[in-house]
Amino acid sequence: MTGTHVGCDTSQCGACVVEIDGKSVKSCTILAVQVEGSKVTTIEGLAPSADKLHPMQEAFRDNHALQCGFCTPGMVMSAIDMVKRNNYQLDEATVRRELEGNLCRCTGYHNIVKAILAAAPAMKSAGV
Amino acid sequence: MYDFAYHRPKSLADAVATLKGKEEARPMSGGMTLIPTLKQRLAKPSDVVDLGGIAELAGIKVAGDVVTIGAMTKHYDVSVSPDVKKIIPALADLAGHIGDPAVRNRGTMGGSVANSDPAADYPAAVVALNATITTNTGKHPADGFFKGLFETALKDGELITAISFPKPEKAAYMKFPNPASRYAMVGVFVAKTKDGVRVAVTGAGSAVFRVKAMEDALSKNFTSAAIKDIKIPATDLNSDIHGSAEYRAHLVGVMARRAVDAANK
Ligand SMILES: Cc1cc2nc3c(=O)[nH]c(=O)nc-3n(C[C@H](O)[C@H](O)[C@H](O)COP(=O)(O)OP(=O)(O)OC[C@H]3O[C@@H](n4cnc5c(N)ncnc54)[C@H](O)[C@@H]3O)c2cc1C
Ligand code: FES
Ligand code: FES
Repeated sequence: MTGTHVGCDTSQCGACVVEIDGKSVKSCTILAVQVEGSKVTTIEGLAPSADKLHPMQEAFRDNHALQCGFCTPGMVMSAIDMVKRNNYQLDEATVRRELEGNLCRCTGYHNIVKAILAAAPAMKSAGV
Repeated sequence: MYDFAYHRPKSLADAVATLKGKEEARPMSGGMTLIPTLKQRLAKPSDVVDLGGIAELAGIKVAGDVVTIGAMTKHYDVSVSPDVKKIIPALADLAGHIGDPAVRNRGTMGGSVANSDPAADYPAAVVALNATITTNTGKHPADGFFKGLFETALKDGELITAISFPKPEKAAYMKFPNPASRYAMVGVFVAKTKDGVRVAVTGAGSAVFRVKAMEDALSKNFTSAAIKDIKIPATDLNSDIHGSAEYRAHLVGVMARRAVDAANK
């Protein structure tokens, strides 16, 4: 699988975020042997089918929330955990604060924030 | 990364036994500090003993006015704990501002306190709240536990199992975060406890330290005005690309006054 990206390899950038037992984790800072027996979801595991995206992926596409796309897998994984952690209710300040661990050098974050705010109610109505 | 043997014991007793006699073995909690250190080849342990499988080390318990937090409790779990929020809201707030969400999902109380990073947040809470650090061999008072840069009173093979925080009358933590890492450039935890006022500073020195002059002034008058003229000498404070020792000395005063104001709210 090539979806999860190594950006910095020093726990700073968040490009490598995956979900382990329902929590977002920087995968560059965890040993494979530590997750034995855990449920791991990467960006590849989000879309329900080949022609349908997860609401967060859809929102990133609709809002033009990526340019080069390198940070995107980690952004999407972190964003999904963020939405769930905040009970599907987010405001702009919360999104910006909670994106602390995800760096993007292209977009200026603006459209990423817009996408996450749009995805929160979409995830709720889709029940994911 | 150099090669090492990986162990994942199921109990504290097993972990202690695995570490015993292996001088170059290291325990691992969240790995948020240890794994980057291994990857940069700054450490070469023979064995890594992962405490992640030991259920007895995680969790938050309340007995009377004391909150006891297991060593493996994640920063995130401290930040959202209804018990911590009710009894020591300043501690929950501190935990919620460590690093970023993914770091808070893995990093632990025990790992942070054992590490004594000069810019870590928890040590300020441990010292200001006069917490007790419990290990597999006994108990350590907060004063004297943080000995210096990455140095604590822990002996080789000694494991932190839990930390107990007595409820303060009032408390608040204010940090001026490094804008990139969110580690404390300077963080000040102020607590008014039944044994007096305690002011603990992190980020500024080689390890967390108390400011006696502020404690004395605040004991007489717990307002930010009471400490407005107290200056911290810059001698021995940290100086790096993020800020000079003089700048940090100034920040100690600013953060202390903000913390007192926040505690009085
Ligand atoms: C991007 C990033 C940002 C961060 N920002 C902040 C911040 O703003 N504020 C802050 O305070 N911290 C910050 N941290 C550090 C974070 O809080 C770590 O969780 C913490 O320093 C170490 O905890 P850990 O559980 O990951 O420990 P580990 O990395 O597993 O261990 C750290 C050290 O403690 C030892 N150890 C671990 N557990 C025990 C135990 N039970 N008994 C004895 N020794 C033990 C290990 O051998 C190792 O030497 C940040 C980290 C990262 C990666
Ligand atoms: S590659 Fe893991 S945080 Fe950058
Ligand atoms: S889109 Fe290029 S790094 Fe974020």
